Amino acid sequence: MAVPREHLIDMYETMVKIRRFEERIRELYFADKLPAFDIAAGLIPGEMHLAAGQEPVAVGMRPHLKDGDAITATHRPHHLAIAQGVDLNKMAAEIFGRDTGLGRGKGGHMHLFSTEPSFGCSGIIGEGMPVAVGAAMAFKARGTANVALSFFGEGAANQGAFHEAINLAALWSLPVVFVCEDNAYAISVPKTASTAVTDNSDRAAAYGIPGVLVPDNDPVSVYEVMGAAIERARGGGGPSLVEIRTDRLWGHFEGDADAYRTDDFKEDMNERDPLKTFAQRLLADGVLSEADITEIADRMHTEVEAAIEFAMNSPYPAPEATLDHVFSERTVTL
Amino acid sequence: MTGERKLTTQKAIAEAIAQEMDADPTVFVMGEDVGVYGGIFGATEGLLDEFGPDRVKDTPISETGFIGAGIGAAIHGMRPIVELMFVDFFGVCMDQIYNNMAKIHYFSGGNIKVPMVLTTAVGGGYSDAGQHSQTLWGMFAHLPGMKVVVPSNPYDAKGLMIAAIRDDNPVVYMFHKGVLGLGWMTNNPRATGVVPEAPYEVPIGKAAIAREGSDVTIVTVGLSVHKALDAAEKLAEEGVSAEILDLRSLVPLDREAICASVEKTHRLIVVDEDYQSFGMSGEVITTAIEGAFDYLDAPPVRVTTPDTPIPYSHPLEAWALPSTERIMRAAQAMLVAG
Ligand SMILES: Cc1ncc(C[n+]2csc(CCOP(=O)(O)OP(=O)(O)O)c2C)c(N)n1
Ligand SMILES: [Mg+2]
Repeated sequence: MAVPREHLIDMYETMVKIRRFEERIRELYFADKLPAFDIAAGLIPGEMHLAAGQEPVAVGMRPHLKDGDAITATHRPHHLAIAQGVDLNKMAAEIFGRDTGLGRGKGGHMHLFSTEPSFGCSGIIGEGMPVAVGAAMAFKARGTANVALSFFGEGAANQGAFHEAINLAALWSLPVVFVCEDNAYAISVPKTASTAVTDNSDRAAAYGIPGVLVPDNDPVSVYEVMGAAIERARGGGGPSLVEIRTDRLWGHFEGDADAYRTDDFKEDMNERDPLKTFAQRLLADGVLSEADITEIADRMHTEVEAAIEFAMNSPYPAPEATLDHVFSERTVTL
Repeated sequence: MTGERKLTTQKAIAEAIAQEMDADPTVFVMGEDVGVYGGIFGATEGLLDEFGPDRVKDTPISETGFIGAGIGAAIHGMRPIVELMFVDFFGVCMDQIYNNMAKIHYFSGGNIKVPMVLTTAVGGGYSDAGQHSQTLWGMFAHLPGMKVVVPSNPYDAKGLMIAAIRDDNPVVYMFHKGVLGLGWMTNNPRATGVVPEAPYEVPIGKAAIAREGSDVTIVTVGLSVHKALDAAEKLAEEGVSAEILDLRSLVPLDREAICASVEKTHRLIVVDEDYQSFGMSGEVITTAIEGAFDYLDAPPVRVTTPDTPIPYSHPLEAWALPSTERIMRAAQAMLVAG
């Protein structure tokens, strides 16, 4: 599949935006937690799972999305939300716990929910997969040509929900694409110590659906494989399972000492940083010039900065707002 | 002096497990990240090096699978300690816990024992949002067949862990993240204390008076014990003498200790980080009404988390969870009222 030039550029720009967003969140996360790290302190307290290195997974599916498609994601959601086009200002504000956030500060970084585009994520491993099945049921019942994409880590493929959801989607021939982001680790536990098969894509055979492996964390490979899977689902051909080998460049969460991965492993990983290698390839192929690369970086950085500023200048919700939104009308008291 | 040796709660838990593994070859540990990582909250720190991967097993993210496997192993001669990383994750595996682990002894007419410890981290206060901050002990305590313990300090943590491992019943051992003394959590001086080196048990089902007082009884558990102690110190400056009862176990519940303290102070406040309705706070108040009604000078009051999911944003979470200030206000209002 030849990738149109505008898609290559769009994928690269989105990668730059995602990386910049993750870098800025990381800086601000640590800014007021040092020298003594205190997870409860600072502008962004709590756990923070960042996706630097996993950008190809997100940008490779992006050009194939249509209005109304739904995504369910995980505790590591930012790259997918950005690639789908979730409002960056509101997303940043939610991460900062502000009243202008996607969830008015109720959810935080693991619980980003957007209606347009339809995006959801969760802190419980495997939780999003059945929900994607339900979204696809709704699309089929309502006769829209939409697709649900469920993203999850390789660690989640050992959760019951993975097997139940894929069986349902296969049984009912629903428009779902299950996408496993295989970064080889579930916190400290390597895939080799958790999973009885080498490739989760092989597990598709158990449910009679196509299983495809993308072995190289390359945006173009992801683009091709996801293009085919999404087209198949959209055309009524049913679900498929895609596994993408990718890299989590940083710790499981920020503050993770990451002592369970060797220095060699981390060095190799940084060497094949997809942001660098994709830029080199686009330069070599004449898709972008050095000047383009600089211009894209400036433009994406400006956009990210505006979102961070929007978030930091937004007010916190009033404490009593805790009681709102349990139900559609306030019924709870303290 | 060895008797004065101090440990954090986290180290006390890990030491208790190590000593029991040393003494009893049937004790083993499994769960996510309990090996190389030593447990996300350090409860299994150092165990992999000491006992090897056959007795300290990292698992896939398959809670139904490995908690169920713990039950099978417990029935067949082992004493497993199985870690559910955060209690909030019970949703993916509760069937094995409450329909199986908790009921097999009963269904078998007492013929089959399930000597298993389910350890799990509970509690909020550090902006980990609504799926990583709950306590949920009221729900576990509500379901028959499992003992439930919640230590608040290093001494109890070690003694309750040893008692839990030696107990022939399933014990849910809930450690509050805020009492562990972890370097990456907000510093908490009450999370470090004197812990004897030799193994010892703290009896399951016995509450402890964490501070003696005469004007009002504050019954609580977990990190809220620390908040209540802080409140009692400040209340003492105002001439109010608060007695703090640390339940330590929810199942069995030390109802005698609750009533005895209420008979002494005539006033009851329950501080519970769990959701307000249908939970521990209601159970403790009912216990006092049933057993010490004539002694109560004022309606009991509760300081709890409201019936809302735990919000992420810091000012909201701080408002929702029980705080030293809220405990003080409750005590002041009660004493002003007479
Ligand atoms: C049901 C459940 N069990 C355990 C956890 C704790 N946990 C959070 S992230 C994680 C590892 C996930 O690994 P993977 O699915 O590979 O995603 P990655 O973090 O690598 O992106 C674990 C065990 C959880 N959140 N939910
Ligand atoms: Mg992973």
